[in-house]
Amino acid sequence: MRNKYSVFSLIKNALSYHENWQRAWKDPTPKKEYDAVIVGGGGHGLATAYYLAKKHNMKNIAVVEKGWIGGGNTGRNTTIIRSNYLWDASAGLYDHALKIWEGLSQELNYNVMFSQRGVMNLAHNLQDVRDLKRRTHANRLNGIDAVYLSTEEVKKFCPIINTSQDIRYPVLGGTLQRRAGTARHDAVAWGYARGADEMGVDIIQNCEVKGIKRNGDSVEGIETTKGFIKTKKIGVVAAGHSSVIANMAGIRLPLESKPLQALVSEPVKPIIDTVVMSNAVHAYVSQSDKGELVIGAGTDDYVSYTQKGSHQIVEGTLNAILELYPIFSRMRMLRQWGGIVDICPDASPILSKTSIKGLYFNCGWGTGGFKATPGSGDLFAHTIANDEPHKLNAAFNLNRFVSGDLVDEHGAAAVAH
Amino acid sequence: MFVINCPYCGERDQQEFKAGGEAHIERPKQPTELSDDEWAEYLFMRKNIKGVQYERWNHAHGCRKWFNMIRDTSNDEIKAIYKMGEKPPSI
Repeated sequence: MRNKYSVFSLIKNALSYHENWQRAWKDPTPKKEYDAVIVGGGGHGLATAYYLAKKHNMKNIAVVEKGWIGGGNTGRNTTIIRSNYLWDASAGLYDHALKIWEGLSQELNYNVMFSQRGVMNLAHNLQDVRDLKRRTHANRLNGIDAVYLSTEEVKKFCPIINTSQDIRYPVLGGTLQRRAGTARHDAVAWGYARGADEMGVDIIQNCEVKGIKRNGDSVEGIETTKGFIKTKKIGVVAAGHSSVIANMAGIRLPLESKPLQALVSEPVKPIIDTVVMSNAVHAYVSQSDKGELVIGAGTDDYVSYTQKGSHQIVEGTLNAILELYPIFSRMRMLRQWGGIVDICPDASPILSKTSIKGLYFNCGWGTGGFKATPGSGDLFAHTIANDEPHKLNAAFNLNRFVSGDLVDEHGAAAVAH
Repeated sequence: MFVINCPYCGERDQQEFKAGGEAHIERPKQPTELSDDEWAEYLFMRKNIKGVQYERWNHAHGCRKWFNMIRDTSNDEIKAIYKMGEKPPSI
């Protein structure tokens, strides 16, 4: 039985100089066979394993991860959580996740530092104003909190924004989702790993998948750098590398993998207590609990797996940031990095069965997957356990690219993909 | 970020170019004969290779001409560049 984290355990361990904390998860060698194997130990993969064990009573399962858990996009994103998407299907999906976020720290007994500091989306031209008003109305019809703000209200909510009408892209208004916010990304992976491990899930790190063994139209197991693992169900949650795994299984996905960059500044005192996103000029910024400004840049337009993007992408974002927040003009940037995001043609994810029995894909989250982590894991676990999608992810099937029933969240998703 | 040797203009910074995705996807000869599955393959499904990939590029802020490129997507190394309509060189 795992020790519960509490203020008392903190005091107790402080007395022994924090040298006796229990391991949060084991380091098992893979068994010969599992009931299900999750490929990819990021937040989504670990959450999938957690809910498979918790809600579907599948305990003989493993998560295989080629590096260390949470080392991919889970550890590289800008941690923004919101659910103010335009279309009904997306609203259902992302708000399902947001509702789980609200109780996640308690459920996992792990502080994921979920902070509902609000997310504000700015409008810079008349079309933005119309789009954001439309999205606000759509959100409210779906029971998602959303308000439209005037320029003055934007300034009141976040005083450091330059709302002068003389700048190149003046702020004409904005939307606000107060339930939205941020969370500590690493803690999400670690919390789910600890929870899954406690229920008997094997988390196998440094174990890269090298092949998928098929017997006709069903899966038999995976070849890994730690040997062959037999299984009848494989859930692939490999983000930017989804197509690589799909190619091993002999299927194609409608994805392109592109570098997405982010950067953080030196830490400063609290200056921005919310998240501000701006689609038209592609700038979004928040402040971490350490005091760093967390800035998200855009994607490059070419396929690349290099985890580094182009300089001009960062430069463009910083130009926009400086015009909107002149107060940041003398800040120094500390770190910049890239992650590989798998982008769908309709900028919506895929949580789906495939033409191969026992092979499931959870991918295509593109530039905005972190916010959906708990909901994604929950719904994907349902899909794997029942071999049928939950009603909330039914629209996000692979067949939508055949039927044409796309969930087009390009632009409508409040930030360019 | 890298330098691209445009077959018409010579070496230019990558930011002058626009990536046009996977190359050599042939438009169906008989669109009316296609099933929904075949349309999905043509329109949406991509190889998205980690490694050597064939792709189209456009010199958007230059001569605005299209050309093909063979590039290793795991390290952004350009293997070959050739004009539209030409057969890909062996690499």
